[in-house]
Amino acid sequence: MRTVTRHQIQTVVNGEPTSVEVEPNDVLLDVLRTALGVKSPKIGCERGDCGSCTVLLDGRTVRSCLVLAVEADAHEITTVEGIEHDGLTAVQEMLIEQSSFQCGFCAPGIVLAAAELIELVPRPTADEVREAIAGNLCRCTGYESIVDAVLAATGSGTSATSRGASS
Amino acid sequence: MTIAHGFDYVRPATLDAALACLASDGSRVLAGGTDIVPWLRDDLIEPEVLVDIKAIPDLGQISVTDGRLILGALVTFSDLIESDVVRDAAPALVEMAHQVASVGVRNRATIVGNLCAAVPSLDAGPVLMVYDATVEVARTGGVRSVPLVEWFVGPKETQLAAGEMVTGVTLHLPAVEHAAVFLKLARYSGEDLAQANLAILLTAEHDCRLAFGAVAPVPFRAAAIEAVLCGNALTDEVIADARALVAGSISPISDVRASAEYRTHMCAVMVERGLRAVASRLAGDGPPYPTHLI
Repeated sequence: MRTVTRHQIQTVVNGEPTSVEVEPNDVLLDVLRTALGVKSPKIGCERGDCGSCTVLLDGRTVRSCLVLAVEADAHEITTVEGIEHDGLTAVQEMLIEQSSFQCGFCAPGIVLAAAELIELVPRPTADEVREAIAGNLCRCTGYESIVDAVLAATGSGTSATSRGASS
Repeated sequence: MTIAHGFDYVRPATLDAALACLASDGSRVLAGGTDIVPWLRDDLIEPEVLVDIKAIPDLGQISVTDGRLILGALVTFSDLIESDVVRDAAPALVEMAHQVASVGVRNRATIVGNLCAAVPSLDAGPVLMVYDATVEVARTGGVRSVPLVEWFVGPKETQLAAGEMVTGVTLHLPAVEHAAVFLKLARYSGEDLAQANLAILLTAEHDCRLAFGAVAPVPFRAAAIEAVLCGNALTDEVIADARALVAGSISPISDVRASAEYRTHMCAVMVERGLRAVASRLAGDGPPYPTHLI
């Protein structure tokens, strides 16, 4: 393989200033999990379709499998480990209370997708919740329990009335 | 799965510096990366150097000047959705952006990147075509403006030449009152690529523009259908005439997402629904932007 220039990147990962050396072809997802030991972003499809590798980059959800680690230089990365400031978030509490997940593989991505939505739209409708998590595949639940929990946590009621309209 | 191919990475701070980098063989622009990174993983491209343009100022601009809506090369689909300027000037772009991929991809994927990746199902193509969009291209020592209808050469092939970079796309907004629609047919309402997509723009002077995507090697304006629509009120008879021309205007393939027969049938349905929706929007009583119209 040809010799490439390595890069020392400076990021803030879950509030902690972090410096790590990467090669240009290192993918952010792999660097987070292996070099930095942040395990909540999951390795799923690795082509941007499943959402299990979702992280927040400067507060917005991205697929960490579609971001080169070197691109994260001078940016801030937040994972599920970093969104808990004072215990679990209201959405996390409600997801637990309503047993919204089964295997939980999609949970980190969905928690972050919901966190981004609520930052933009504090009281989302069921359709807005569905659009926000449309790129986060869950193979266990059929999504209803997840949508219900997000709505309950944001005081938007339940999705029962909108199920027919948005199916 | 890692990226097997090694390459260098540069992040120039100016357009001139980026163009200088792009003058070298094996260089390639990196913006959102949502197509580039999977292509790297699959060894579909093997660049020597990726030129990340995200540090270049002004490429994120969204502005309206003299009836032109300018979208810089770094404008993402989420930027379209959140832009008051876009919502006022060309709300059909918002209708399109809401139907592209997922929020996590839209936060990163750029409109210009969509035009440069040039996959046949791209959602940005048809809607930009009905606004007579031009692709703004720069190279060291010069710029050129390419009409979007001439931009696509074939699947994943555009007019972009070595050493060139797209700096933005310009929409030419009609001077008279107008309305537009974007319809995307997919297997389900969540994240999916288009089986067929369609954009229609109608002006108060009966100028009607109609562009398809995903039903030919490249997106295109349907000239024969436009000919029966332009200058006429959209009566049931005129709409029926337009529908009758759909099958002869498109050349869809059968693939994992749909059969050619299904695409052909549904494109006629989409043309009728799209025409009725755009006419009602122009009249002021149509479905709000954005709406899933199919």
